[in-house]
Amino acid sequence: MRKQKVKLCKEDKIFYAVGYTIVIILTLLVLYPVIYIVSASFSSGDAVAQGKVWLWPVDFTLDGYKAVFRYRSIWVGYRNTIFYTVAGTLINVSITMICAYPLARQNLKGRSAISFLFTFTMLFSGGMIPKYILMKNLGLTNTIWSMLLPGAMSVYNMIVARTFIQSNIPNEMLEAAKIDGCDDFQFFFRMVLPLSKTVMAVLTLWYAVGHWNSYFSAFLYLSDKNLYPLQIFLKEILVQSQFDSDMITDVATATQQQNLKMLLKYSVIVVSTAPLMCFYPFVQKYFQKGVMVGSVKG
Amino acid sequence: MKKRSEWRTALRRDWQLYVFLLIPITYILIFAYAPMGGIVMAFQDYSARKGILGSDWVGLDNFRRFFESYNSRRAITNTIVLSLYTIVAGFPIPICFALMLNSLRREKFKKVTQTIVNMPHFISVTVMVGILMQIFNPRTGLYGAIGEWITGNYPGDILGSAAAFRHLYVWSGIWQNFGWNSVIYTAALSSVDPTYHEAAMLDGATRLQRVRHVDIPAILPTVVTMLILRMGSVMSIGFEKVYLMQNGLNMATSDIISTYVYQVSLAADGISDFSYATAIGLFNNVIEFILITIVNKISKKVSETSLW
Repeated sequence: MRKQKVKLCKEDKIFYAVGYTIVIILTLLVLYPVIYIVSASFSSGDAVAQGKVWLWPVDFTLDGYKAVFRYRSIWVGYRNTIFYTVAGTLINVSITMICAYPLARQNLKGRSAISFLFTFTMLFSGGMIPKYILMKNLGLTNTIWSMLLPGAMSVYNMIVARTFIQSNIPNEMLEAAKIDGCDDFQFFFRMVLPLSKTVMAVLTLWYAVGHWNSYFSAFLYLSDKNLYPLQIFLKEILVQSQFDSDMITDVATATQQQNLKMLLKYSVIVVSTAPLMCFYPFVQKYFQKGVMVGSVKG
Repeated sequence: MKKRSEWRTALRRDWQLYVFLLIPITYILIFAYAPMGGIVMAFQDYSARKGILGSDWVGLDNFRRFFESYNSRRAITNTIVLSLYTIVAGFPIPICFALMLNSLRREKFKKVTQTIVNMPHFISVTVMVGILMQIFNPRTGLYGAIGEWITGNYPGDILGSAAAFRHLYVWSGIWQNFGWNSVIYTAALSSVDPTYHEAAMLDGATRLQRVRHVDIPAILPTVVTMLILRMGSVMSIGFEKVYLMQNGLNMATSDIISTYVYQVSLAADGISDFSYATAIGLFNNVIEFILITIVNKISKKVSETSLW
């Protein structure tokens, strides 16, 4: 933007006033529920239940968080989710890249047929039940593999990576490397991967957020509580209001129990969502880059 | 013969590339194509004991049953209404927001705003529904408190209301995603050639006129493409959020095709009807496939962009 002192005409003044007002109102509408939840999690159960909390915490307390830290399942879930996210993302990015690179090579024989094999799965699928029966027959249900294998590669992401490689790694580079005696494996590991850092960062973020937030695979395929990811425990606590029986022991009356449960819900929302929220502003530019890379068709 | 020798040369030259492709192809054959083979169950009376190869064939019985049942008509209607409501209410907002934000002048303000409105996109479905349940709790939630403050009484249970379900579903989705969905338009707007704006300014155009005559034409192709593609997924509304928001009281509007499939199969103990559920899923997928093929053709004609 060039700096220029132009005197605004009357219409423009009104335009900017209206524009800023609407944008600020929308931002506050997004922000308010978030602030309310954080404040409620730091307030006493009584204050929340009686509707005394409007913006800031009332009767500041850490009871909710203390309950979260005592709640064993949440930490089992946290541990499992971290594992699924790290291992799953590693598998995802590896498979996506080894699929994207050969398909980015224009002269690969059978390229269009193989590409079609992948893109067709974006349009049509067997559906929930055949997938479930397959997982069952393969003996994968109730194992960690049911969380890692079914979504091992997203075809959309593979196309994004392929487009990136095509437009960023010129053919001449490959030819020069070949003359120096470099084969395809070496070229992939020494040239393609280092030059694809941007797109790999984008893929990592997309896949990792997907793993962190997903509950559907676990919901369908897992029944062993020790394998549950965090989201399943969150579903039990937040949506079904089911709590571990040994959780709430040291509070006496039924009202106090109710209030503690409610407080625990607010705190667990904060504890489970805060990592992504705090992380996001730092990696925002990669997500936005991803949207641009994705919108360019190869 | 020539073909075969061509392949032989290709394999000799590029064998390492095919080795790379081996893993992804195996993956896609097992986890995407094998379930497609499982579709034959839709034409069978599947029993787990006999397996897919041994089960009895029943022709189109499962489909007939589906079209004759009351629940199926309800599920189809609910799917389409919920989906269209999501598009009609949710599609224009990100565009307006991007246009508004882009026309403002303080870069720092724009950046901070964008970061804030993008953040709720990363809240998981479970937590999102949990937040809805907490805030809209008619006694202990913000909704109850506001209702009591205005009318003096606690309001009714909005989470168990069939009339409110769609509004809650759609507007919580908009709250969560309008910022994120505006990113693509913001990107398109940032690539507008600044000389257009300068020329318009020299001609004495106001900011509003520049939005109308420079910005909107610039993002129109993106808008058209996004709308067409969005229309292609009318039948594919996600299972996850609807299922979590569903309860016995709001089923009249919240029962959609994917949740219905789940109810008659995996959720039903003892009487799980896998064949019937597969048939419904197949019906849904075929319509989705037709829709997306059509919109892709249109998209290619209108804006020269397509999915494949």
